[in-house]
Amino acid sequence: MIPELGNFALALACCLAAAQAVLLLLGAERRDARLMAMAPGLAFGQLIAIATSFAALAWSNAISDFSVQNVAAFSQSQAPLFYKLTGTWGNHDGSILLWCLVLAICGATVGAFGANLPATLRARVIGVMGAVAAGFLLFALTASNPFTRLSPPPMQGQGMNPLLQDPALAIHPPILYLGYVGFSVPFAFAIAALLERRVDAAWGRWVRPWALTSWCFLTCGIALGSWWAYYDLGWGGFWFWDPVENSSLLPWLTGTALLHSAIVVEKRESLKVWSVLLAIVTFSLSLSGTFLTRSGILNSVHAFAVAPTRGLFILALLGLVIVPSLLLFAFRAPILAPAGLFAPVSREGAIVLNNILLCSIAAVVFTGTLYPPFAALVAGEQLSVGAPFFNSTVLPLAIPLVLAMSLGPTLSWKRAALFPALLRLWWVALAAAAVGIIVALGWHGLAALGFAGSTWLILGAIRDIAARVRLFRLPLSESLSRLAGVPLGAIGAAIAHAGLGVTIAGISGMTFAAQRVVFLHPGQATDFAGYHWALTALDHVPGPDFNAEVATLPASRDGRIVAVLHPADHTFPVQGTDVTDTAIRTNLVVDLYTALGAVHDGGAEVRLRYDPLAPWIWLGALVMAAGGGLSLADRRLRVGAPARRPSLPSPPGGGRRPARAAG
Amino acid sequence: MTRKRRRLIVLLACLAGLGTATGLALSAFSSSIVFFVTPTDLATRPPADARLVRLGGLVQQGSVQHALADGHPLVRFRVTDGHDSILVSFSGILPGLFREGQGVVVQGRLAPGGTFEADQVLARHDSAYMPKALVEALKKRGLWNPSAGPPPPPATWDTMRIPTKSGG
Repeated sequence: MIPELGNFALALACCLAAAQAVLLLLGAERRDARLMAMAPGLAFGQLIAIATSFAALAWSNAISDFSVQNVAAFSQSQAPLFYKLTGTWGNHDGSILLWCLVLAICGATVGAFGANLPATLRARVIGVMGAVAAGFLLFALTASNPFTRLSPPPMQGQGMNPLLQDPALAIHPPILYLGYVGFSVPFAFAIAALLERRVDAAWGRWVRPWALTSWCFLTCGIALGSWWAYYDLGWGGFWFWDPVENSSLLPWLTGTALLHSAIVVEKRESLKVWSVLLAIVTFSLSLSGTFLTRSGILNSVHAFAVAPTRGLFILALLGLVIVPSLLLFAFRAPILAPAGLFAPVSREGAIVLNNILLCSIAAVVFTGTLYPPFAALVAGEQLSVGAPFFNSTVLPLAIPLVLAMSLGPTLSWKRAALFPALLRLWWVALAAAAVGIIVALGWHGLAALGFAGSTWLILGAIRDIAARVRLFRLPLSESLSRLAGVPLGAIGAAIAHAGLGVTIAGISGMTFAAQRVVFLHPGQATDFAGYHWALTALDHVPGPDFNAEVATLPASRDGRIVAVLHPADHTFPVQGTDVTDTAIRTNLVVDLYTALGAVHDGGAEVRLRYDPLAPWIWLGALVMAAGGGLSLADRRLRVGAPARRPSLPSPPGGGRRPARAAG
Repeated sequence: MTRKRRRLIVLLACLAGLGTATGLALSAFSSSIVFFVTPTDLATRPPADARLVRLGGLVQQGSVQHALADGHPLVRFRVTDGHDSILVSFSGILPGLFREGQGVVVQGRLAPGGTFEADQVLARHDSAYMPKALVEALKKRGLWNPSAGPPPPPATWDTMRIPTKSGG
């Protein structure tokens, strides 16, 4: 009964989304106030329907209702409740439902907080989101219905992929989806603006918080995925340039560009066309990222929830969203004339440079990711583009980006002088150069570049805040009191820039990582990376739905035990797979990393790793997201507290607003 | 600064960025494309000068041998595509989803002795995984039509008659 209710709610949501699209877009076109006033109601209705549907699926998973095909295929009754619930989105059909749920949440949030938007704009934004939702709900309903019944139901489910039974990976999809789908709001705003033929500072102010929120979630989601790969896959890598990872990186790159160009729209009414294009591209990449990896078109070693048979439907759906958006952009973009002029050397100029570089990086990552399916299609050649390609193309483009990141905030808007700006950064540059030279002489050239870049970013961010509070030029107490007056947006930006510096330091630190794979019998020991690693015991421990081999591995230094590590190997009999459970001891500077390999002949293969600065990779991402969150709290961005709101022209009752004169 | 001049500068900057990106991509492409091969490809057309390749196939039943080389684990197994098979040696820890009779992709080089020396073993996080190259190879030989149903059990592949060869 519950699954049928879920199915019904899903169908209802699909109808509501279609109504949302048709009624609101039509209403906005006809300036029909009654139709446009339905926007929040329809958005909430759709949210309630999808939430009901999702709850029904979660319920079926929680009670292990194996008459539902989806539950039977991906769940089993002995699994802990937490993993039964997270298993709701651990498969293709459920994850699409989650995707639609997040989209509905975004739509309803626009409905709830959009009371101060012009009525036509709000109706169009929610209408566009309804159109996207209708397409994907139709897909969920027809091609990947999670509520399909099985008759007769099996006694036991086939179980979840054991690799997914991990807290980080369990919460990874919702966070990533909040990031991906959050970009649907800037996209809807962009389409709505093109329909309205109008982009102004207010548009930038509405779009930016959404882009920022999505960006924060996407940053966390990517970091979470990378962290999971590091500790769960058991080989200590944190980024493989795999299509799945790249497809989450692409919207992140263009989203970061959007985040910055929206500032220019808001402050200077410039870069409007470009920001609209970025909003469209970012959501298109989010869509492709979510669905191409699931359609089997991109061949990845670690994609979950793949359903290749539905590839065509997904491709058609992607085309239906992306192509009309770009066409609309092509026809309407010339109407949006820029207002603010700026010199090449200025804050705007730096942001343009940031945008060019980020988009160039996105372009090479896109090329490398899509070349293999392209080659397979055109030449029938099976190939893959490996990490060396991405490393050697992204790095040269990232260097000027990092250089510009500390320089940009020192430039003034509209027109700036380069030389005084460089002078303001002299000690930052000196410190970065010193760090680079020390590392280059002592160890490694590439790591030197990384550490110099991270020093440049972190000190540059500190300098920015120090300059704002006039640290050391005024008495300390006065500087501190000035700190309260610094806009949160500026502090957030500085923190986010410093966060990237922390991540770069972590990645550079990993070039010093060392690893050794040894075969040890209990009682044997090995010396590695300055530590004495002993295998004292190897035990067989049964778990709830797996059997585990657990090693006891104390690592000691100078005769003193630093950490007792318990790497394990879990065998899941239902699924017939093995999962390594790594043991990592971290002091936030160095990770001691152990993973257990095959156990045979009374001994065990053990992978020992010494990973300096590894935790900084993900800490840096958290810092970035925290910086983004802080600027989100900025008064200027807060909903309902717009600084220059009253000066905005209110939409005239009838008639179309005159388009801005071009030229 | 006139509007035209500013546009020109922005346009030039864009071109420079994209040009650099294209140049970098092209120069990196030639050296970092890794081809997928099957054991049959390796036997018939061995790649020139020990080029890095990805070998896709199934781990042959009963072929996995764990050994030790100076205290470091060394594992040997055969990868088969039902027609030819090749001995792979790998020094390291196999991923948890590595199983006899299941799909695997190994990245490495063909050593002079005819062994494939792997520096990476990738097993998909999905037990039903078949390397795409293998699917293509099976289709080409007429051993399996993917639209007709699941693949034949891998254990039978080594003994399966290949219709096109020796008259069936």
